[in-house]
Amino acid sequence: MDKTKLSVVIFILSESIFFIFLIAAYVFFHGRHLQGMDAHAFLDVPRTGFFTAILLASSVTMMVAMMFFRKEKFRLMSFFTFLTILLGAIFLYGQGSEWWGLIQQDVTISRNLFGATFFTLTGFHGFHVFVGLIMLTIIWGFTLKGNKCLPKENAVDSISLYWHFVDGVWIVVFTVIYLWK
Amino acid sequence: MNEAVLVPEVNESLPSIRSNEGMLAWVASVDHKQIGILYLLTALLFFLVGGLEALLIRIQLFFPNSAFLSPEMFNQIFTMHGTTMIFLVLMPMLFGLATYVVPLMIGARDMAFPRLNAFSFWIFCFGAFMLNFSFVSGGSIGNGAPDAGWFAYAPLTEVPFNIDPGMDYWALGILGLGVSTLTSSLNLIVTILKYRVPGMTMTRLPLFVWMVLITAFLAVFALPSLNASAILLLFDRKLHTMFFLPQLGGDPVLWQHYFWFFGHPEVYILILPAFGVISEVIPTFSRKPIYGYEFVAGSAVAIAFLAFGVWIHHMFTVGLGQGIYFVFAATSMLIAIPTGIKIFNWIATMWQGNIRFTTSMMFATAFIIEFTVGGLSGVAFATIPIDWQLTDSYFVVAHLHYVLFGGTVFALFAAIFYWFPKITGKKLNERLGKWQFWLTVIGFNLTFLIQHFLGIIGMPRRVYTYPDEPLWTPLNQVSSIGAFLLGIMVLMFLVNLIYSLKRGEIAGDNPWDGSSLEWATSSPPPPENFTKVPPIKSRRPLWDINHG
Ligand code: HEM
Ligand SMILES: [Cu+2]
Repeated sequence: MDKTKLSVVIFILSESIFFIFLIAAYVFFHGRHLQGMDAHAFLDVPRTGFFTAILLASSVTMMVAMMFFRKEKFRLMSFFTFLTILLGAIFLYGQGSEWWGLIQQDVTISRNLFGATFFTLTGFHGFHVFVGLIMLTIIWGFTLKGNKCLPKENAVDSISLYWHFVDGVWIVVFTVIYLWK
Repeated sequence: MNEAVLVPEVNESLPSIRSNEGMLAWVASVDHKQIGILYLLTALLFFLVGGLEALLIRIQLFFPNSAFLSPEMFNQIFTMHGTTMIFLVLMPMLFGLATYVVPLMIGARDMAFPRLNAFSFWIFCFGAFMLNFSFVSGGSIGNGAPDAGWFAYAPLTEVPFNIDPGMDYWALGILGLGVSTLTSSLNLIVTILKYRVPGMTMTRLPLFVWMVLITAFLAVFALPSLNASAILLLFDRKLHTMFFLPQLGGDPVLWQHYFWFFGHPEVYILILPAFGVISEVIPTFSRKPIYGYEFVAGSAVAIAFLAFGVWIHHMFTVGLGQGIYFVFAATSMLIAIPTGIKIFNWIATMWQGNIRFTTSMMFATAFIIEFTVGGLSGVAFATIPIDWQLTDSYFVVAHLHYVLFGGTVFALFAAIFYWFPKITGKKLNERLGKWQFWLTVIGFNLTFLIQHFLGIIGMPRRVYTYPDEPLWTPLNQVSSIGAFLLGIMVLMFLVNLIYSLKRGEIAGDNPWDGSSLEWATSSPPPPENFTKVPPIKSRRPLWDINHG
């Protein structure tokens, strides 16, 4: 493994621990059946399920983009990178509108323990998605300029690794918050 | 030296050390040696600050019922003393030393990510500034430094109990320091795994580098929990969440779990590099290879794993249940085994060695003794009933100072006397050094040995004053006198630093007849570290060359 990828793998390990602690806080309070910890009173599971599918699809398009990158088909890579960004952005829109809806119902971060754990966890995840989008946009910008400017494979690979990680975290978050009664 | 291996090439050109450009060359530097020196100097500055705070504490406790410091002030001072010494002195000293020495020891030209290296240092400075800015940030008694102890137990840290801004600065500062440690650890791991000169296999790696590698992994897994704690505390205080607020359903015990999940690995982050220093210094001055290289490295790996399974020994009085406590008492005792193994390795290395008692070696030898005392009080604490009796007393203060001062600080002095010639080209004055050594040993034991007894006779830690009970006053006074001896010691050390920089004996490339690669280049090393690296055919490449 080269140094760029190695550093991203270690970074991801470290970030996983960070998310484990945020998830643990949710699980800890949820498991105690505290008042206000009933997520399903507030959340629209099918709707978020749809946006979850979108985010997972973005992992697939990322993989396809990487495949074309390796085959040196940069036009197609460019297209699939763009698709990944689009899907990621749709996911963020889904999350933003969900937050807006909750805040309208006066479910905020300071309302109760559900609000505190929910907004903290999904907020940090959303922030990671956002950072991933910035990095993908940079890659996409390079692909538009043709193959001369493209970063090395390990750099693109590292970003795609990070993107899959962010998706993976969401699967856990979705399961714990939305599917766990 | 005819065979030579080239240094693995860094692709991008590195800015050179341009001494003629003055301060800017330092601020803009991405050279690991300059950044290492910046770390060490910053840590030295905070060592003076933290030391001054310690002296204030000891002045206040010199007399019973003293009113030298107000209770509020006292809380701020001991909190800042602990936070400063751990996060702004020991951490940057150890990481700064690693940043300076590790690339040299593995024959590399720089760290894997030189810019990230500079980032780690400057974000560290930002965190350090945040923490100390709190002193002038206002607040109900005029200065609002954090005042809830270095482990900042909730709910004392929460707004209803602590309205001053100190804890906000604490959380922000800790976050900056946490990010710094993380990025620096990541950098060190990649450097050690990827930038070794050909021939430098993992089993030929100097033990200091091994210990830094393990420490860095510990940090990668432990620091996120500190960062998460700091963020949740900040949210509680600023966004009005209630993670640790019991009256709104939150749970202060959660803070304890989060903090100590970081906190116990942290104490090993602070001691493993010290083990590494001792494992370099003792063989060099005993003129023998380390006894049981594999055991030193292997036991440290064992320590690293165990370190994540003992945190509840800091929570023996919370009431989590007997079953849990038995398990954690057992793992805590278990961790004494790999620690003990190393003690035997060092003693066996010295055994029948041709020992030269330089100042560095004297500190290393004293380290073994003082650290063992701290280890023994640790095992005592792992015995639950003893902990119930002694927790939150001065016995804890004695324990932690035996491991962190008698351990880490002694090792750091050994390291500085050992590597100062490499860093500056001049030797530190040995005569002043020996005076300093004896003053340290006497001052340290006067200050802290006594505190074991103070703890046993019932003096709680963190009280701003005490009644005039039998024995309490004289014991406290002995402790304070010891602290002032340590103060004189630090001044002496400063004088030595400045004097030796100007007038010190010229060191030459390899003043101690060391056997690892950093001694193969000039003192101080050139910007590119090496033009040629000697061939690595054993664990002691330089010894092979100099002694056939
Ligand atoms: C030999 C193995 C060790 C064992 C079994 C052990 C055990 C313990 C226990 C049970 C406590 C909690 C005491 C209490 O608050 O009631 C404690 C505190 C502490 N230990 Fe150790 N310890 C060991 C080694 C070390 C080492 C090597 C270090 C650091 C280099 C260290 C640093 C500390 C610190 C800083 C505290 C105080 C935390 C506080 O402020 O409350 N210990 N130790
Ligand atoms: Cu511990």
